[in-house]
Amino acid sequence: MVLTVSNVTKTIPGSDLSKPILDGVSLQLEAGRTLALTGESGSGKSTLLHLIGALDVFDSGEIEIDGKPISPLKEPGRAALRRASVSNIFQQFNLVPSLDIAANIALHSKLANRHEPPWENHLATRLGLESLLTRYPEQLSGGQQQRVAVARALALRPKLLLADEPTGSLDEETGEAVLSLMLELVAESQCALFLVTHSTAIAGALDRRLHLSGGQLA
Amino acid sequence: MNVRSTFLCLLTGLATPALSQGFAGLGTAADGFDVPQRGTQLTFPSDHGAHPDFRIEWWYLTANLQDKNGQSYGVQWTLFRSALAPGDTPGWQSPQIWMGHAGLTSASAHFSAQRLARGGIGQAGVSTAPFEAWIDDWQMTGTDDLSQLDISASGLEFSYQLSGLADGPLVLQGEAGYSVKSPEGQASYYYSQPHYDIKGTLTLPSGPVVVTGKGWLDREWSSQPLSEDQSGWDWFSLRFDSGDKLMGFVLRGKEVVEDFRSGTWISASGEVTPLRPGAFQAVPLAQAEVAGREIPVQWEVSLPEKGVSVIVEALNSQSWMEVSFAYWEGPVAISGSHSGSGYLEMTGY
Amino acid sequence: MTGAALAALLSYWRRHLFQLMALVAGLALATALWSAVQAINAQARASYDRAEQALNQGNRPSLVAPGGALTVADYVALRRQGWQVSPVLEGRLSLAGQDIDLMGIDVLTSPVFGEVSSPESEDADGSFLISMLTGSGGVLVHPDTAARLAHLDTGFVLHASQMVPPGQAIADISVASRLLQVPDRLTRLILTEEPRPDEARLTGLPSHIVLEQKTVTADPGALTESFHLNLTAFGFLAFVVGLFIVQGTIGLAMEQRRGLFRTLRCLGVPLRHLLLTLLAEITVIALASSFIGLILGYFLAIALMPNVAATLSDLYGAQVDTGLSLRPVWILSGLAMTLLGAGLASAHSFHSLWKLPILQAPSTRARGQQVRRSFTGWALAGLALILLGSVLLATLGGLVGGFAFLGGVMLGAALLLPFCLWKLLRLGQSLSKSPLVHWLWADARAQLPGVSLALMALMLALATNIGVGSMVSSFRLTFTGWLDQRLASELYITAEGDAQGAQIQHWLEAQGIRVLPIRYHDMPRSTGRLRLYGVVDDTTYRDNWPMLERQPEVWDRVALGNGLLVSEQLARRDGLRLGAHLELPEGWPTEVLGIYSDYGNPHGQAILALPELLRNAPRTPNLRFGLRLDSEQVPDLMNNLRDRFELPRENMIRQHEIKAHSLAVFNQTFLVTDALKLLTLGVASFAIFTSLITLWTQRLPQLGPIWAMGVSRGTLAVMDILRSLILAGLTCLVALPLGLVLSWTLLVVINTEAFGWRLPVHLFPLDWLGLVALSLFAALLAALLPAWRLFRLHPSELLKVFASER
Repeated sequence: MVLTVSNVTKTIPGSDLSKPILDGVSLQLEAGRTLALTGESGSGKSTLLHLIGALDVFDSGEIEIDGKPISPLKEPGRAALRRASVSNIFQQFNLVPSLDIAANIALHSKLANRHEPPWENHLATRLGLESLLTRYPEQLSGGQQQRVAVARALALRPKLLLADEPTGSLDEETGEAVLSLMLELVAESQCALFLVTHSTAIAGALDRRLHLSGGQLA
Repeated sequence: MNVRSTFLCLLTGLATPALSQGFAGLGTAADGFDVPQRGTQLTFPSDHGAHPDFRIEWWYLTANLQDKNGQSYGVQWTLFRSALAPGDTPGWQSPQIWMGHAGLTSASAHFSAQRLARGGIGQAGVSTAPFEAWIDDWQMTGTDDLSQLDISASGLEFSYQLSGLADGPLVLQGEAGYSVKSPEGQASYYYSQPHYDIKGTLTLPSGPVVVTGKGWLDREWSSQPLSEDQSGWDWFSLRFDSGDKLMGFVLRGKEVVEDFRSGTWISASGEVTPLRPGAFQAVPLAQAEVAGREIPVQWEVSLPEKGVSVIVEALNSQSWMEVSFAYWEGPVAISGSHSGSGYLEMTGY
Repeated sequence: MTGAALAALLSYWRRHLFQLMALVAGLALATALWSAVQAINAQARASYDRAEQALNQGNRPSLVAPGGALTVADYVALRRQGWQVSPVLEGRLSLAGQDIDLMGIDVLTSPVFGEVSSPESEDADGSFLISMLTGSGGVLVHPDTAARLAHLDTGFVLHASQMVPPGQAIADISVASRLLQVPDRLTRLILTEEPRPDEARLTGLPSHIVLEQKTVTADPGALTESFHLNLTAFGFLAFVVGLFIVQGTIGLAMEQRRGLFRTLRCLGVPLRHLLLTLLAEITVIALASSFIGLILGYFLAIALMPNVAATLSDLYGAQVDTGLSLRPVWILSGLAMTLLGAGLASAHSFHSLWKLPILQAPSTRARGQQVRRSFTGWALAGLALILLGSVLLATLGGLVGGFAFLGGVMLGAALLLPFCLWKLLRLGQSLSKSPLVHWLWADARAQLPGVSLALMALMLALATNIGVGSMVSSFRLTFTGWLDQRLASELYITAEGDAQGAQIQHWLEAQGIRVLPIRYHDMPRSTGRLRLYGVVDDTTYRDNWPMLERQPEVWDRVALGNGLLVSEQLARRDGLRLGAHLELPEGWPTEVLGIYSDYGNPHGQAILALPELLRNAPRTPNLRFGLRLDSEQVPDLMNNLRDRFELPRENMIRQHEIKAHSLAVFNQTFLVTDALKLLTLGVASFAIFTSLITLWTQRLPQLGPIWAMGVSRGTLAVMDILRSLILAGLTCLVALPLGLVLSWTLLVVINTEAFGWRLPVHLFPLDWLGLVALSLFAALLAALLPAWRLFRLHPSELLKVFASER
């Protein structure tokens, strides 16, 4: 099991205290499988994704990545987890504007000391970025930037890939193109994908689909 | 080499050869200065006074003294004159420079002091009729013929006040006062008064000491005292209990150059015999470490033609004149074929 | 991990070269100004120390004859009594119009000679020493002086020695007495005796000779300390201003890299690691900048040094060697200040990064609230500082109190500035009717947090300029007025000797020309040298002499020998008031009948009737005269004097020549101040520029909506410039009163303490207008580039504001 979420509860400070945004959420994801999480705006999809990515902390329950619980980890341990095991793809791409495309793709794997140029070149080629490697993010279109983000995330060869509305800031056609490429490469690299979206069409393309509502899964 | 010691080199004429040569050719040419001439008649009392046309000159008194307990002491009083140029003018423009050295030696202690003065303003000088030699508050005054002298000097830890009465005539050294100092002919005018009976008071850190003894005055002036290849001298004034006196010196040659030896024998009756070159022999027997250098403080002195073969030994091996240009000067005891006392000066070590 | 993280962080600078340059320039400028000032101070202090070691008679007891002449015979008599003394003859040597203080010593007995004849001037064979004594004689001077005299035919051999203070010369007494033409006089006798003689021994001295008291005021260190404090204050001010630039740029770089920091942390770089990497980055930048700054500072110091030396010598009579040497003191202090400054300037940024949540930025509004709260806090701290400064001025007083007050007021006012601006801007906002103008005020207020540090820098620079400018201008005004009074004679002549002096005087009087002899006697006193002038009774003095205070019938009483006039410096130094008595030997008039101003003279001075002077010091030379005649007749008279007495042209100086020379000296004196003033203002303008550039990227979200509502980019650009001008203008408004306080402190408190004279405060509103115009111009320049960029901005950039949340 790459990911196990057991009875996780999370309350956002400053919001209505009586109502946790996540209320006893549990789920599991096997290696190489893909899972889509849907829900309305503010339903807590992104919050759950951040908890799994060790970017935020939960109140109770447990999350295990690759069999290891994350609640005992302190900031350095959580950073190490983010660095080595989990990749994120964000709606806003979060590329480094001052690094060129090649350096952006290699950034995460280099930080984790797992820099593999042939694999990164392969990803760039598969994502159609091979001619853009010396450009800078601001010179690329949104779809191209998100493909760079996909390449950076997969370059790490993560066990688990987390994607938060990866096509949310792209038009439909571009979004579909990026998504299908992403799914192909996820399959190719044998990693599990946990994808948050509000689009049922996208969710349908994945192995499993869960819906978050009222702080609970359905 | 500091500034003041450079001066002293000039003053004493005992500079290292390099210095004396550079010093306006002190060791060689006489540079407008008068040069001693063989056969010149010395005239007194005027020759007791200064000779500003010659480069260097000194009034040099040494005395072997004893207190009532039989403790031995030595006293030195010296006034040097050195000229930057021949002649004299009053005021600061005078080229004459004066230096005084005073020494006081006992078996256990040695004191020295120094004074420096400019000529032309009256701070130091020598006048005759009556005789007066002075630098600052140090004085040597006396009668026109030097038969009577009063001497005083003081340093930081000592002072002395002595008077001397000569019981014999002046002794002209060398050839009637013309004293040859090297085979090349460097020479000086040189006469002595070796016959003083001295009495007076030494003031030591421990208190005053009344002393009596014998004194010896040397007068010498010249313009080129050392040959270029001489490095220093060992000078002996020996007073034997027999009444005879011996003045002898060795001017040490540099490296392969032979030493130049000369001297004068003064018999008990007052008869003066210049020694032929080489007759006087002095061989170091023992060295002592003095102020960081090895200095011979025991000598074997011989003058075969007068039957002299004696050991000359320093009263205090540390008789080091701690002045800017330092040298060894102190009383000695004599034993062997003759006994007696005297003074030894060693320079250039 | 470190390598990749560092590469990502550093890549920012490659893409933002201008910011990097601003950061480096800010740090380098700060370091340069600071280290230049430190270098100058270190150099000057080393010069004083050396002068003190070699020549300060304060440390070396001397015998002097206060009432009359010390003669060579006195010296010889003392020596023959066993006193260990060494003679000194001091005098002034004039060589083709250049004055040199010549000190004659007996090279045989003087303790001075061994110290000033540096090792390089000694040679193995002693020919150096011989040349000091023989032939025309040798004279030891500082290398600077040697270079100055090199082209002159001095008639003696010059030897350079670092140990001789500039402007002084040392020679054997035989040479000095010949050059000064005083064969039988001496100035002092240095006591070389060890141990120092006790009272009993001193009472054995002849009655006219006494042991000179240790001179305290002759020590240049104490006098010049204020000047160095001044320089240091300037240097520090410049440094602080430089730090504002650094703070701005580092803040910007941090702000703009927030996204990068979050990304890196998402990608697994621990926070602590990130902070350490950033710290390493800023350290490397700081070190590189300080290196550049030190080099700049070195050259700046070299450029300023001659002026500093001139100032010190003009105002205090202290001689400083102008060759600059590298000293660890200022290099290390420069490095330390840069690192410390960079640390201070980035502390806030690091703190906010530490608090930065991994997921999203805190809202801008919340930050605005925080900033306003901190403005109030700053203002309170500023008020406290001003209060503290005032208390220190009231309690401590003097130089230290003056500078404490200055520091408190300056820093306090800087801290008050944002609060005042905030209030002023709100006032402007509430008064404006038009929505666009209303927005302009509001926008300026919104920008305040970002530019407040730069504005503080501008205000400090402005206030300093106003304060120092007022001081210098007041000084100049007073000084020129005083010169007009003081230099009343149409022609000043110097005879070649006493005999010629008498002849010339006689002849001139026969021509019906009024002759005012200028004769003086220098007297060593326990509070420093005193120069006593003897004057004839003439209307010139009655009409013109610049008196500060006087008794009735002052000139009649001076003429009668009832008393004397003292200079302001002497009066302050000795605490003399009208009617008090100046301590002088028996026979001199002593009652203070008047006090006159004597600007620019470090030494004490007094004036009495000429007969009194000659009665007490009969051998006073009679060489110099002031002549009163119709100025049109001056050229003819000069020709006559030249023909009749063969008086060289350089011995005759016309009134306007002296005035021009004095003013030139004066202007030279304040060149350093001017240079530092301009540099500070320049740095402050640069600070504004960098902070405006810094704000640029943050402004788009605020401009986008306005633009969308139909305000053209051109109008936005103009408003941008207007906003910058409003901020600078309001800052000037606050800076004006601060500058006035500063000039009051400088003129009334600090000047009086430092120089010994008090200046009237003059105000120069036109100068202020100029300064305000200059700062507005600087603000305009600083705003032009951002405004131009705004004007040229592609609409799509403004649209982006709406396209994505930031």
